[in-house]
Amino acid sequence: MTMRWFYYAAPQTFYGLAGRLWPWLAAIALALTMAGLWVGFGLAPTDAQQGEGYRIIFVHVPASWMSMVIYLSMAFWSVLGLTFNTRLSGMMTRALAPTGAMFAFLSLWTGALWGKPMWGAWWVWDARLTSELILFFLYLGYMALTSAIDDVRRADRAGALIAIVGAINVPIIYFSVKWWNTLHQGASVSLTRSPSMAQLMLWGMLLMALAMWAYTLAIVCYRVRTLIIERERHTDWVQALPEVAGVKA
Amino acid sequence: MRWETWSDFWFMGGYGLYVWGSMGMTALLLLLEIWQARVAHMNALALARTEHSLEQT
Repeated sequence: MTMRWFYYAAPQTFYGLAGRLWPWLAAIALALTMAGLWVGFGLAPTDAQQGEGYRIIFVHVPASWMSMVIYLSMAFWSVLGLTFNTRLSGMMTRALAPTGAMFAFLSLWTGALWGKPMWGAWWVWDARLTSELILFFLYLGYMALTSAIDDVRRADRAGALIAIVGAINVPIIYFSVKWWNTLHQGASVSLTRSPSMAQLMLWGMLLMALAMWAYTLAIVCYRVRTLIIERERHTDWVQALPEVAGVKA
Repeated sequence: MRWETWSDFWFMGGYGLYVWGSMGMTALLLLLEIWQARVAHMNALALARTEHSLEQT
């Protein structure tokens, strides 16, 4: 089993695997998005308190979850990279970062558009919003740092440190609505109690969350292949790829 | 279906700006990201091909 993991951790093998996976993941993401939008905008009822405005939830909550999950996976790959010194880890971390930054931005953007009609303010400096903003800056910091260092392996190691140290912010975001008094509402979905939403609202949100999971996996598989080609283009196996050797430059 | 007409749908009970502002930005950024990933991939392949043709000569 261990052998198998290291086998797929070789960039050459992973290039092929990711290339077979991403079209399927992209198709699944598209199908789930269609289903999620249909349930969220076609079937889910109007909210008793927030009218139709609550429908922002169908992107806001999934995007916020993804922004946290992606950061944790960057930390996970970084730990692997620093421990085993595998080449793939740094590439996976880098492939994840732009998508994570995008979801963090979307979380803030959709949050502002939700806050304005419901609280009367685009932005407030409360614990939930501030910690999510810090997450967005951590993504930007990671990307700026790794792209500022020319030696890719050193850049990966420096980036891994930001990813690991910054991961402490993720539980702070998640529990901020419990630990502090905030304007932001508490969790609508939790593992320990039944959700405080209508069934169809919940389904719409879960479908959209699954769609964003599939999208993230697809774009990361796609982007990591780009990074593999960039970094390994001098190797014989890249030079022998049909998409390289078979096409005139 | 919860909407009588398309204009009801776009109006979103008065929250149209906020709901569609959220959905629109999400769609825009996803499309931008996909486009950017595509361009980056093509550039990386082009670079590798250049090296390939240099090696052949």
